[in-house]
Parts: sequence; C-alpha cells; structure tokens
Amino acid sequence: MTMDFTKLFELIIAASLINNFVFTRFLGLCIFFGVSKKMETAVGMSVTFTAVMMISAALSWVIFNFVMVPLDITFLKIIVFIGVIAAFVQASDTIMRKVAPGLYYKLGIYLALISTNCIILAVPLINAGEHYNFIESLAFGLGSGIGFALALIIMASIREKLELADIPAPFRGLPMAFIVSGLIALAFTGFSGLITL
Amino acid sequence: MANTADTVNYLDLIKNGLIKENTIFKLALSLCPSIAVTNNLKNGVLMGVAVLFVQTMVNITISVLRKFIHPKVRLPIFMLVISGWVTIADMSMAAFVPDIYKQMGLYIQLIVAFASILARAEMFASKNKIAPSMADGIGMGLGFLFALTVISFFRELIGKGSVWGYALINAKPLLIMILPAGGFFAVGILMALFNWIDIRYFKKGPAASH
Repeated sequence: MTMDFTKLFELIIAASLINNFVFTRFLGLCIFFGVSKKMETAVGMSVTFTAVMMISAALSWVIFNFVMVPLDITFLKIIVFIGVIAAFVQASDTIMRKVAPGLYYKLGIYLALISTNCIILAVPLINAGEHYNFIESLAFGLGSGIGFALALIIMASIREKLELADIPAPFRGLPMAFIVSGLIALAFTGFSGLITL
Repeated sequence: MANTADTVNYLDLIKNGLIKENTIFKLALSLCPSIAVTNNLKNGVLMGVAVLFVQTMVNITISVLRKFIHPKVRLPIFMLVISGWVTIADMSMAAFVPDIYKQMGLYIQLIVAFASILARAEMFASKNKIAPSMADGIGMGLGFLFALTVISFFRELIGKGSVWGYALINAKPLLIMILPAGGFFAVGILMALFNWIDIRYFKKGPAASH
C-alpha cells in the first residue's frame, strides 16, 4: 500500500497551523480560555486532547463508514458521534482510574470536561464532511491536536506574564485574554499562504 | 391573582437570560460561534435564531419529560434531546438557506456541544414546569441572539462598511474586523465595555474574571 506521505504531511500542517482550531476556526474557545491560565494545566489539557481527538477520529471513522453509510443513516451523525465520544471518554476514565491511577490524577479532571466539547466533536464531523480516508482522518486528528496544544501553550505562557501587568480595570481577566488571542490570531493569518491545497 | 404574578415572573425570567446572565458577555460560555459566524450580520442573526429555537425546544422537551427521566441517566438523555433538536435545526437550515448553511453548517451542528444549553436543561428545565422553562429558554436564546447581533453588527459595519449586506459607509473599511483576529478584538472590547458599565454605574467589580 503506497500512502501519499506528502499529502498527509500537508494535512497535518494545514490542520495545525493554517486552519488552527482556535485561531481560525474558533472552536474549543471555552476550554481555551478556561485552562490557559497556568502552563501546567495547559500542557495536561493538550496531551489529553490530542489523544482523545485521534482516538475519537478513528472510532467515529469506523462507525461512520462501516455502519452508518451502509445503513444510510448518515443524517444521524451528530447524535451518533456525540454518543461515541461520550462513551469512549467515560470508558477511558474508568480504565485509567484502575490501570494508571497516577496518570488519572494528573489528567482525569480534563477527561471529564472533554465529552461535550465542540473541538472534539468537530474532528469527526469535519472528517465525515470531507470524506477523508482512515489514515487521513487520523492525520487530521493529530494535526488538530497539535494545533490546539500550540495555541494553549502560547496563550498560557503569555497569560502567566499578564498576571503582573497593570491592566485597566474593565479589561482585566477575560477581555484582555480576548485581545491577546486576537493578536495571536493576527500572527496566525500569516500562515495562510503556507500551502496552497 | 396568579395571573399577574405569573406574567411578572415570566418577564423576569426572560430578562434574566437577556441581560443578567447573558450567555456570552456575562457567563462567557459558548464563545465559539460568537466569533466564528459574526463577520456579517445575516449569519450572526441566523445563528442566534437557531440557538434560540434549540434552547427553547430543548427546555420544553426536558420539562415535559422531567418526571420520567431517572436522575442517574439524565445527562445522556439531555444530550440525546439536544442533538435531536440540533439535527432538526441543521437539516431545516440546509434546506431553506443553503447558501448561508454552506458557510456555517459546521457551527450549527456544533450547537449540540453548547455548555449553555445543557446547563439550562440541567439547572432549570429539569426542575420547573413547562411554561417557565419555555420562558427561560426564550430568555437565554434571546440573550444569545442579542449578543451575536451586537457583535456581528459592529464587525460588518467596521469591516465591510455595510449592514445586512447594504453598503452604508463610503470610506475604505477596516478589513481587520472581518478577519478572524477582528472577532477576538470585537468580543474583548464589548466585554470590557459591559464591565465598564458595571463598574461605572453599578459599582461592581469586573464580572468576567475567570
């Protein structure tokens, strides 16, 4: 089987930099602003997210192509995908607690936040909409995860410094975080000409 | 006697969703579409209407079913109800406004992951009768619609010099406002404005500080 590796690489770069989930697609903003206050939580969140994104991309691809397409029930994709992700997150929560308690105490709280998150749900929905094959779906999940991790870590490192800054009272907290992300988003528009797909 | 008390009650519920607990400006929930679809007024309003519809219908459904839902399985059932109504909204928009749906279909589908809708179902509709739940849904939905309208109005006006597609300003518009970055700026500045009003006139601390 010959895979087109340049295409996969392009897909990962496109998903992580050009169509960055946070800065150009605006998904996962609640989580993005919620956990980007401290570097440690930001790193934990990005690791969990990337893993869950890839696995849920794989799971929902299998279900979409082998169950839903043959049965002609693709219009139910929203319901099915959210069910698959919720079930998978719940299962991994239980398994992790038994098998790897140390890891669970570090990342468990993030898992609970994930099941109803738009960014996780968006990956299978986009995969289904673009008709990616299995490997491409995985690559898209990985690229999106990297992009989200990048965004969280950049933001967390800026916000740690922002704590010390003297900001006008109405702008304190969330409004300032929005302005900062606007500036980062401006920088990310520079990537838009990187690859012409 | 109950009649007058009830009407006041409903108005309060709607006002609560519209102003006091405005989803975007006060609770800072469901922020994704507030930036993603607000680069012109038409998309913003349609998104708001879709959310208003889903929130109201979900609240009514949950309220009707509240006595039959076992507390242990309530979250999966809430998710099922929400995704059912979102699918209806999604398919109707694909049928009736295909042009706009092409641009923002993904965000319509993602209404299902809105924390605010699940939160209202959990906190309000599962504990209250049908009429108040409906009023609460309408209030929360209107609050969302209001926020989206304000954001997209300013972004389209400044970014394209037009309102609802009609050109108003002849000068060269500031393109940055319809770029992704402009969305963040617009929401940030509007939030700061709401905070400023709070501090200036109600002598409160900044509301959104998480």
